[in-house]
Amino acid sequence: MSILDKFAPLQHAYGELQREGSDPFAVTFDSVRSPVEATIGGRPVLIFGSNNYLGLTFDPQVIASGVAALQQYGAGTTGSRIANGTYQGHAGLEDGLAAFFARRSAMVFTTGYQANLAMISTLAGRDDYLLLDADSHASIYDGSRLSTAQVIRFRHNDPDDLARRLRRLEGQPGHRLIVVEGIYSMLGDRSPLVEIAQVKREAGATLLVDEAHSLGVLGENGRGGAEEAGIEDDVEFIVGTFSKSLGGIGGFCTSNQPNFDILRLCCRPYMFTASLPPSLIASVQRGLERLSEQPKLRHDLHRNAQRLYNGLSSAGFILGPHPGPIVSIRLPDVAIATAFWTALLRAGIYVNLALPPATPDSHPLLRSSVTAVHTDAQIDQAVAAMTEIGVALGVLEPGND
Amino acid sequence: MTDCKEIVEHIVAHLRTVIPPGTEISTESRIVADLGLDSLAVMNFVMALEDEFDVSLTMDNLAQVETIADLAGTLAALINRVAE
Repeated sequence: MSILDKFAPLQHAYGELQREGSDPFAVTFDSVRSPVEATIGGRPVLIFGSNNYLGLTFDPQVIASGVAALQQYGAGTTGSRIANGTYQGHAGLEDGLAAFFARRSAMVFTTGYQANLAMISTLAGRDDYLLLDADSHASIYDGSRLSTAQVIRFRHNDPDDLARRLRRLEGQPGHRLIVVEGIYSMLGDRSPLVEIAQVKREAGATLLVDEAHSLGVLGENGRGGAEEAGIEDDVEFIVGTFSKSLGGIGGFCTSNQPNFDILRLCCRPYMFTASLPPSLIASVQRGLERLSEQPKLRHDLHRNAQRLYNGLSSAGFILGPHPGPIVSIRLPDVAIATAFWTALLRAGIYVNLALPPATPDSHPLLRSSVTAVHTDAQIDQAVAAMTEIGVALGVLEPGND
Repeated sequence: MTDCKEIVEHIVAHLRTVIPPGTEISTESRIVADLGLDSLAVMNFVMALEDEFDVSLTMDNLAQVETIADLAGTLAALINRVAE
């Protein structure tokens, strides 16, 4: 008997996947030449499976800022934000984020995962209630497990179900913290934030919006789903990440709460981990400026997203409900999804494979994503490859395109 | 007071719509281990019961549930608390 025996069912399922000739969870990039071009197993591939929405990973100014900070401040801080891990860059990035979101304060965390873990576990205490969209990211669920609050799920993107569940709590003491995401990571669908905000106001609840996939993507200034929906004043806490549109790693929360900074002394995932290296902080700071300086990137992203979505939709694939940077194809079963993913990689297109139970409706998904810097020819090449494989595997009717 | 027997009947009626016909169900049936529901199917099935009885189960409540009898007991406690 081994302590790992409990994972035997998972080991079995993983073994089946590997026997089918592919391992989507162990892809190694030999080299990466641009936000959209790489080499895997010695063969060139186009990357249609990242979160590099604005293509900033290779922005020369973003790289130069990181290099300069690496040379000036060294490789890492070796300490927590509340000890020796706060440099001018960390404080400057927090000021920059607060200014970008037109809010009073911001806190920076070492990952986006930790930002949700920290905020949700710390804000919702004993006697409080957390109301989570059922399709929430794992970091939100894990934050709720770390919290001492009671946790209630409501149906995905269903403000009426949220309202019913808030009504059932009438008369109970404690705060109600509602948590939703601007764009959901698996299907790329958007939260109905206008309606969610209305329910929140009527119930006197508090609202946290995770803009991980919508920062730099939605809203006139790229502030995310809350800006696009015109409900920023209803959102007490905006959480986000640096590892998608900003091309780095890290997370943040920004707020107008006057005593927000007290959280620095009670958020355990903020206090008990080392801070981000100065080079990364400098790159993200420059990335945030590039995002504001170049609204064209956002426009190009949406144009490309529409091209990919239209191409796959016209071919006859079942996609998520909203065109956007995440375009997911729903497939009938794991065997077809795995064969599809493998054939696509052989054809030089890398996408993400998402398998149940990580998917919203028990169906596997081929999750593709597009960036501002894909060319029309690259998108057309991906659509053609997906269509050809879709026909070969019987997912599409021949001639549907 | 809503009694557990009545709640069990509702639970079984809902389960019959999502498990293969002819599957044996008793109050001691384990919802995941014996009836084969995955986590998503459990959530949808529980949400339908929540609507029917106008209560919300917390994730802590759900974590304590293994059998149909456990679920009926948890629902009965919530329903009767609302009725008090």
